[in-house]
Amino acid sequence: MNLTLKVWRQKNPDDHGRIETYEAKDIPEECSFLEMLDIVNERIITEGGDPIHFDHDCREGICGTCSLTINGIPHSKERGITACQVHMRKFRDGDTIWIEPFRARAFPIVRDLVVDRTAFDRIIAAGGYISVRTGSAQDANALPVSKDDADASFDAAACIGCGACVAACKNASAMLFVGAKASHLNHLPQGQPEKDRRVLAMVRQMDAEGFGNCTNQYECEAVCPKSISADVIAKLNRDYAIAVAKEATTAS
Amino acid sequence: MASNGSINSAIPSGPLADKWTKHKNESKLINPANKRKFSIIVVGSGLAGGSAAATLSELGYQVKCFCYQDSPRRAHSIAAQGGINAAKNYQNDGDSVWRLFYDTIKGGDFRSREANVYRLAEVSANIIDQCVAQGVPFAREYGGLLDNRSFGGAQVSRTFYARGQTGQQLLIGCYQALEKEIAKGGVKMYPRTEMLDLVVVDGHAKGIIVRDMVTGEISRHAADCVILATGGYGNVFYLSTNAKGCNVMAAYRAHKRGAYFANPCYTQIHPTCIPVSGDYQSKLTLMSESLRNDGRIWVPKSPEDAAAIREGRKKASDIPDEDRDYYLERKYPSFGNLAPRDISSRSAKEACDEGRGVAPTGLGVFLDFRDAIDRLGKDTIEARYGNLFQMYEKIAGTDPYTSPMQIYPAVHYTMGGLWVDYNLMSNVPGLHVLGEANFSDHGANRLGASALMQGLADGYFVIPATLPNYLAGETPGSVSTEHDAFAEAEAAVRERVDKLMSIDGKRTVDSFHRELGLLVWDKCGMARNEEGLKEALEKIPAIREEFWENVRVPGDSGNLNAELEKAGRVADFLEFAELLCYDALEREESCGGHFREEYQFTEDDEAVKTGHTGPGEAKRRDDEFCYVAAWESTGAGNKPKLHKEDLDFENVKLSVRSYK
Repeated sequence: MNLTLKVWRQKNPDDHGRIETYEAKDIPEECSFLEMLDIVNERIITEGGDPIHFDHDCREGICGTCSLTINGIPHSKERGITACQVHMRKFRDGDTIWIEPFRARAFPIVRDLVVDRTAFDRIIAAGGYISVRTGSAQDANALPVSKDDADASFDAAACIGCGACVAACKNASAMLFVGAKASHLNHLPQGQPEKDRRVLAMVRQMDAEGFGNCTNQYECEAVCPKSISADVIAKLNRDYAIAVAKEATTAS
Repeated sequence: MASNGSINSAIPSGPLADKWTKHKNESKLINPANKRKFSIIVVGSGLAGGSAAATLSELGYQVKCFCYQDSPRRAHSIAAQGGINAAKNYQNDGDSVWRLFYDTIKGGDFRSREANVYRLAEVSANIIDQCVAQGVPFAREYGGLLDNRSFGGAQVSRTFYARGQTGQQLLIGCYQALEKEIAKGGVKMYPRTEMLDLVVVDGHAKGIIVRDMVTGEISRHAADCVILATGGYGNVFYLSTNAKGCNVMAAYRAHKRGAYFANPCYTQIHPTCIPVSGDYQSKLTLMSESLRNDGRIWVPKSPEDAAAIREGRKKASDIPDEDRDYYLERKYPSFGNLAPRDISSRSAKEACDEGRGVAPTGLGVFLDFRDAIDRLGKDTIEARYGNLFQMYEKIAGTDPYTSPMQIYPAVHYTMGGLWVDYNLMSNVPGLHVLGEANFSDHGANRLGASALMQGLADGYFVIPATLPNYLAGETPGSVSTEHDAFAEAEAAVRERVDKLMSIDGKRTVDSFHRELGLLVWDKCGMARNEEGLKEALEKIPAIREEFWENVRVPGDSGNLNAELEKAGRVADFLEFAELLCYDALEREESCGGHFREEYQFTEDDEAVKTGHTGPGEAKRRDDEFCYVAAWESTGAGNKPKLHKEDLDFENVKLSVRSYK
């Protein structure tokens, strides 16, 4: 198949950046979207140009590295998958495809389609964990967890930290990401002792990183490759309200 | 301490079951006030590196952790689907530390160290405790207790799992522990930073040279010891289930600085991957081995039926049961579709070599859920494997609920790695190696759900206990980056980067990588022979030579440059591939993932006559090859020097590995 690509090119963080056009000819329809970009890059390099930089690693939808906005939608219009799981058979011969990075103030562009998402790591470092020193754990079955709680926890823990939720949100809010982590840990009995601290610290770090607020548009849920429900945001809000109230009481 | 062959493996004396406890009791300690004076470099942030960095920081050491990914949460441990083994015996089905030990030794075709494997089985239970305490959401039963499933090569259910994303959940637990330590100031994290060389000072590993992949800056880092947890070398084959960034550079650079590389020929070809479909293919996707719990593997009995399927004249459902060959169930009735990986892979190759493959390329077999869906219902199958079925459909474009999956073996894991002793220290003092990057626990074949176990065992429980045996003899901070060895290593790294940038040839890095991969897969893949290996050893240097004359690395080295990163990695694969073939050539036997066509059982062998094994099965030669091959570098293009560590089996009897 033959395609026209409109790709965001930006040499470094200081460069202004622009859309450039590439003709992608004779692309096998069995190949993946990233393999299509590989083919285009091979040709660019052979012709003496600079290849299009994009982040990718596992190419099976689990590492969360790939971060392309395809035709205006983070990861593409297909639900429940990452950009690396998009296959060319979903496009038609002659299509024009727009490819841009995940855009958000808190995700500065490194080069072309590559962005810096270390803000997410700092949010986790602020409180997205259960403190347990290695070697100090009790027997795993000493603490039963109801299957419903374990499943709810897992549903939230499936987050791959890709940042599509932020890129899709008009406010560049990270509430789905933060809510998913809070929900993963707060649903479990092991997560209770640090629950309040965790929520306060993560939300404050999220604000400090320059992510916006949630205004209930659910764009995040729609693009999430792991289909994490926006319910985690509601739970985050509840947990946060309780934590703030407790903090105020303790302080007074 | 027992000395094995010419290399000292530092295995503690005493009964097998007491060795680890005794070793810990006799190991050196460093008092808390002194721990913070020691600095440790950890390269890699997967299960092994991440757990080591977090735990060593908890203990009070100053840790620097490096990874090439943009975040430590993305290391390729994340892609492991099926599960993690542990000898908990929660199912009351007769499991024990001994059984996990024995299954692992046998699964590894009697080519691993007894003491290391026993320790692995011993600490396996602690890993599950640790991960649950961290909040890893393992699958549970309605009573709230942990669920288990079975995996290949075992007759008990000892595998803990978190849907099809066990690696991801374990890595997130480990990453969160690491981030906690980063916030506390115990670990300084360097993402998007690649190790380009090891610095050895007076024979001891004391630092690394790295490149900041965003700014291109090359810098020196000194420490009191260096830990490599940099994964395997499966991408030497170009196509594998590894992430695109996985590479051998850190381990190979250490090898060139003196560290022995052990058993590189032990490569694992995973039986259940989505088949190759074209030249554009950039990687292969694994379908979890757990699918073999309910899926049945088959090909048509007749090549004619297979050809009809390949050409689209017949569908799988057109073939009646009596015309299907469920070959694993037929050949290995007691393990059936859960036969170990090496055996399942070779059987698939055999069937396809006989012209009975069903994929359009001829290289593919069916993994069929028809009977399981009839027996258990679609809902149960969906609950067990829903995400895997969805993944298959996205890639292959067909629905596994209605037509069987097509699968074929692909390179997945590498059992070989840098040689380490019982303390996980290489022959270069101060250089420690964890996880897939070392060689010690899986022998010639790794069992499913054992990689996650080993990575976390090494990082959480082994290295924190054994590292003081080295550090206690060192003066903290004794080496600075001003030492001549750092200047020399940095100059070598800069020269190499400059050279790669200046060749300005005609061919892309990927084109060389593909060429190398095809050659290595063809000559040193699922089956190997002397002639093919010799041919590969002639051709690899020619590809390497052309690479250094004709590769094209665009752009400049002063910013993010993916082609430069790949070029450095492929340059090392082009040297490493030779080491792999030398080892495969030297090992004149078949064992585990290393199958030499010259060494297989025939009808004339006693073990075949007695029905213990079948013709065509791998034939070990214990009298001559019951050793670890540890290779010393003698410079690129030269044959490396072989050192042997004899494997002593004091507790298990070497036997023909049978899964019949």
